[in-house]
Amino acid sequence: MLNIVNVRKTFNKGTINEKKALRGVNLHLDEGDFVTIIGGNGAGKSTTLNMIAGVYPIDSGKIEIDGINISREPEYKRAKYIGRVFQDPMLGTAADMEIQENLALALRRGQKRGLGWGIKSEEKEIYHEQLKRLGLGLEDRMSSKVGLLSGGQRQALTLLMATLKKPKLLLLDEHTAALDPKTAAKVLELTNEMVTGEHLTALMVTHNMKDAIAIGNRLIMMNNGKIIYDVAGDEKKNLTVDDLLVKFSEAAGEELSNDRMMLAK
Amino acid sequence: MNGLLTSLMGATAQGVLWGIMALGVYITYKLLKISDLTVDGSFALGGCVCAVLILGGMSPALATLIAIIAGLAAGAVTGILHTVFNIPAILSGILTQISLWSINLRIMSGKSNLPLLNSETIISFFVGRSGSSTIESASGFAKALGMTQSTASLIIGIVIAVVIVAILYWFFGTEIGSALRATGNNEAMIRALGVNTNRTKLLALMISNALVSFSGALVAQSQKYADVGMGTGAIVVALASIVIGEVFFKYARNFALKLTSAVVGAIVYFIIRAVVLRLGMNANDMKLLSAIIVAVSLCIPVVTQRIKEKQAYSEEGGEE
Repeated sequence: MLNIVNVRKTFNKGTINEKKALRGVNLHLDEGDFVTIIGGNGAGKSTTLNMIAGVYPIDSGKIEIDGINISREPEYKRAKYIGRVFQDPMLGTAADMEIQENLALALRRGQKRGLGWGIKSEEKEIYHEQLKRLGLGLEDRMSSKVGLLSGGQRQALTLLMATLKKPKLLLLDEHTAALDPKTAAKVLELTNEMVTGEHLTALMVTHNMKDAIAIGNRLIMMNNGKIIYDVAGDEKKNLTVDDLLVKFSEAAGEELSNDRMMLAK
Repeated sequence: MNGLLTSLMGATAQGVLWGIMALGVYITYKLLKISDLTVDGSFALGGCVCAVLILGGMSPALATLIAIIAGLAAGAVTGILHTVFNIPAILSGILTQISLWSINLRIMSGKSNLPLLNSETIISFFVGRSGSSTIESASGFAKALGMTQSTASLIIGIVIAVVIVAILYWFFGTEIGSALRATGNNEAMIRALGVNTNRTKLLALMISNALVSFSGALVAQSQKYADVGMGTGAIVVALASIVIGEVFFKYARNFALKLTSAVVGAIVYFIIRAVVLRLGMNANDMKLLSAIIVAVSLCIPVVTQRIKEKQAYSEEGGEE
């Protein structure tokens, strides 16, 4: 499904701020894989997701989705295959536009946009149904501006938008990190429902090790721009947070340092 | 009293024609959230191109159409500088605007002013009366209508403004139009949904400047001359119109009404202008007044916010 071969990225090359963000990342995902990614500060978790999405160009290596090489494609073209939810709830939705308008923009992800109506009346029933699934009562506020919603509501909406048109790959970049614990749990539950229910392939960066173990069928640990630990199946299910910390210091030769991760423990 | 009415009529007509420019600026300033300074140049461009072509014997309608296309091209230049070469939008606009000064003089063969006194324009076509006397040279149709220059300008302006508002209302409801609105609202998001935001920005700048140029062509035909300086400060007039319009249509949610507010704002602006000029204000101070209107309207929300924050603070700690 997703195939990443030896992807490297250095920011600010040749300057005093040079930062080797990715030092040869190799990753293969099968159809339906739900992979959680953990790692320390600056490990390259978000950068990996951004490279797949095409936010910045990669220095070398190859990224393929379903055998199609997308390494050199601009971000807006990769959107055809990829649904995304960002860490910042403000980033995933257009505040000045209505809930249904946002959904209509998302339904057309990766499609050619023409001079047909931006939102058709028959679509509204789909949106109503889909919003109901969120259980937030948004289905009765479809013509409200998104700016009136809370961060959690916006993030749930973004999640729905990212999956409204089934993506080949779903990228979740610490998408619950900015939410209060209760809302975060709710959004995470929705995420799990959607990904497993619709058999999506997904990559989820998280700072919560318990979540990383409990959710998905595979776990990846990153450090210093590389994948240092990759575990799946029963072995993954039976992990504990302490196991992960031990694994980390074994593989990285240092203690795991992630401010938020420590707090979440 | 009659003189006042005539001047108010003239101001309203001028306001409607400039309102078309305000619609163009609305697209970049309100929807795309960039300040495009190209418009000072593209407004004059519209007037100059139109005047030269009319004096060269072209039909006024076709001359106006070509003026619109010229504006489209000017917008494209700014758009390419901004999107392809990553030059900040304001600077891209300034570069195009400055180039247009020279280009407009070239278009008018070095003359800074071209009168259209005896030429047929899309407005003169309907004019059959000057003051209270019939114009003998006018067509039978125009004589039958019996409109003066400013009445004709007003009616033609209103018809064109209504048509443009309708077209823009439709366009911004389409898939491309929605993508364009979303570009101004949340660029990262709409790119993640597969829209080439460079293309939407370019398109917005082109449409905007086409409307501005259209307005310039109409104003030149209405005032019967084109001048290389006719666009100077036009951006401020347009912004003042938008700002004034918002005051009148504060609670408008409908997009067509929001567009209309820009045109109404322009009309109010030119009425204010006519009134203060009649009250004896120096015409040269008008640009200062416009700038103050815009600056004050931009300051008000910031200042009220600060006052609110100050009032909300209490040392003892408020109740839950």
